[in-house]
Amino acid sequence: MGAGFKHIERVQAVSEQKIQIKNLYKIFGNDAENVMDLVNDGISKQELLENHGHVLGLRNINIDVPEKCIRVIMGLSGSGKSTLIRHINRLIEPTSGQVLVGGEDVLMMSDEELKNFRRSKASMVFQKFALLPHRTVIENVGYGLQIQKVSETEINKRSQHWIDRVGLTGFEDHYPAQLSGGMQQRVGLARALATDAEILLMDEAFSALDPLIRTDMQGILLGLQEELHKTIVFITHDLDEALRIGDEISILRDGEVVQQGTSQEIVMNPSDDYIADFIKDVNRARVLEVRSIMEPSKTDRGPRLDLTTPLEDAMGKLSELGETSGCVVDDKGHVIGKIELSAAISAIKRPEKTSDELGYR
Amino acid sequence: MDFFDSFPAMERQDLRDLKKGIDSSFRDFSRAYGDEIEGFFEPLLHFLVWLEKLLVNAPWLVVIIGLAILAWLGSRSWKLVTGTVIAFLVIGYFGMWKDTMATLAIISVATLLCIAVGIPFGIWMARSDRVQAAVTPVLDVMQTIPSFVYLIPVVMLLGIGKVPGLIAVCIYAIPPLVRLTNLGIRLVDSEVLEAADSFGADYKQKLFGVQIPLALPNIFAGINQTIMMSLAMVVIASMIGVKGLGLPVLRAVSNQYLALGLLNGLAIVILAIIFDRVSQQYGRRLQAHREGSGSE
Repeated sequence: MGAGFKHIERVQAVSEQKIQIKNLYKIFGNDAENVMDLVNDGISKQELLENHGHVLGLRNINIDVPEKCIRVIMGLSGSGKSTLIRHINRLIEPTSGQVLVGGEDVLMMSDEELKNFRRSKASMVFQKFALLPHRTVIENVGYGLQIQKVSETEINKRSQHWIDRVGLTGFEDHYPAQLSGGMQQRVGLARALATDAEILLMDEAFSALDPLIRTDMQGILLGLQEELHKTIVFITHDLDEALRIGDEISILRDGEVVQQGTSQEIVMNPSDDYIADFIKDVNRARVLEVRSIMEPSKTDRGPRLDLTTPLEDAMGKLSELGETSGCVVDDKGHVIGKIELSAAISAIKRPEKTSDELGYR
Repeated sequence: MDFFDSFPAMERQDLRDLKKGIDSSFRDFSRAYGDEIEGFFEPLLHFLVWLEKLLVNAPWLVVIIGLAILAWLGSRSWKLVTGTVIAFLVIGYFGMWKDTMATLAIISVATLLCIAVGIPFGIWMARSDRVQAAVTPVLDVMQTIPSFVYLIPVVMLLGIGKVPGLIAVCIYAIPPLVRLTNLGIRLVDSEVLEAADSFGADYKQKLFGVQIPLALPNIFAGINQTIMMSLAMVVIASMIGVKGLGLPVLRAVSNQYLALGLLNGLAIVILAIIFDRVSQQYGRRLQAHREGSGSE
């Protein structure tokens, strides 16, 4: 399985880091600057709250988002994920740290620079849609452009384009209150896309939707991403959503990053009991891909499988053909490894206890 | 024991001197600046006189048609328009046309003045908690202090006439508008504001593009209240020289003319009902976007 991971690391090293969050701290309270020293000395969140009346929102966050990548930040409520995403466009001021976007520190920007950054570089989609209730769909989609004082004909042209892209054609003159939740969030998505910002910040964008509609919206997002190649930061509390959408996943707990990696890495190697517990109900056969369990080999024997074939498909194919092993090919068609049916079966077995006992590490 | 028998009040002489001091210093102030302050309100007086003359001198049919059009623009309801026309015809038939026009003029000017002053004040209040904390008690005083009490300094400063009457009306009628503007803006969904922020909206764009449009229903409720309260002040304003429906009421009170008082009082009520219904209907139309078709 080592070979698979190296492959992924190589892909990452090539692409540029679009967003870099460095040593970010956020403390909520009246005297945040002064309790920073205590936090640096390693005071616990609990103690800080009880003895000093300050809430530790984020502690020493370091996250990189490669260009054109979807970085999912996952955590339960109260883990600080919504606070974190608001630092990227500085809706919240940090207590200390850096947020570099394209090499430029967002936190050092003047008001004017920040305004322009928000207008043209990063747009945001909100959990509760946050549409303007007194504006129609098309006026909502054109809101960001109107802020930038784009001409009206241009606004209408571009808004119409994005309305069509998210499948709301015919609803241009409806008010948000007349639409269902899923449709409202399509407006939210179109509004964010209409400014052509390279960065898309999605704060639990699909969490308020019904499961079926949520899956639908995830499909729309992934479809758009194949063409648009935005740099996306996606916040969610839903592991299935994280695994489906994220190229890279960071797991946040109590304001700290507890693990970062691809979905494969997180499911195969949960770094502690907390995450192991989190992933125990995941459909491993669907999430895990051939690359995660393959052994390096050059032998061209058995059915050929792509690196990113999910295990459920791979196993289906093997059993259909009556084979116990197959060979794994890279995107150029070269054989780089093999996969045993037995290895696949043990990989999808639901872990009973903690990761240590499973011998994954 | 003396201490418990009678309240340890200020010496009579001291109290008299204190009151005298306040009175004379205010008199000095009004002597020194009265003319300038009167000059400041001069344009307002001209406008008020102009509007009153316009309404009184215009042919009654033209005025009624004008009012009917205004009622239609505000409410888009034929019922209300018909009601308005009939109400004014009845008022005219009972010989109160001139007084009603004078009252209409002062109510309109008072409402415009309250809007011009009250809405910016409400916006300022919504912007800062400190301003809100400072202004709220002032509004409380303006609403609860007996009107006669502030009529004294107003009359001392400006004498008897239309302008002091107008100011007295505004002092009483402006607080709800300021309060409701402040409240309306503060009640705007913080998430919508955050979204506006995230798209790089500046203060002006947020205020005029998001906050005021979303606060409009509340602001409109405030305007409605202001109109109602200025109508309520018509009688008191007539005590310091404002013409209109209040004057006959005042005369009726002092001479025990029951019918005169009743008729003019009812005319005020009719004006109030028309203003109220039309402005409420208008406020409701502003909220059309809130009525989803329930396609959930």
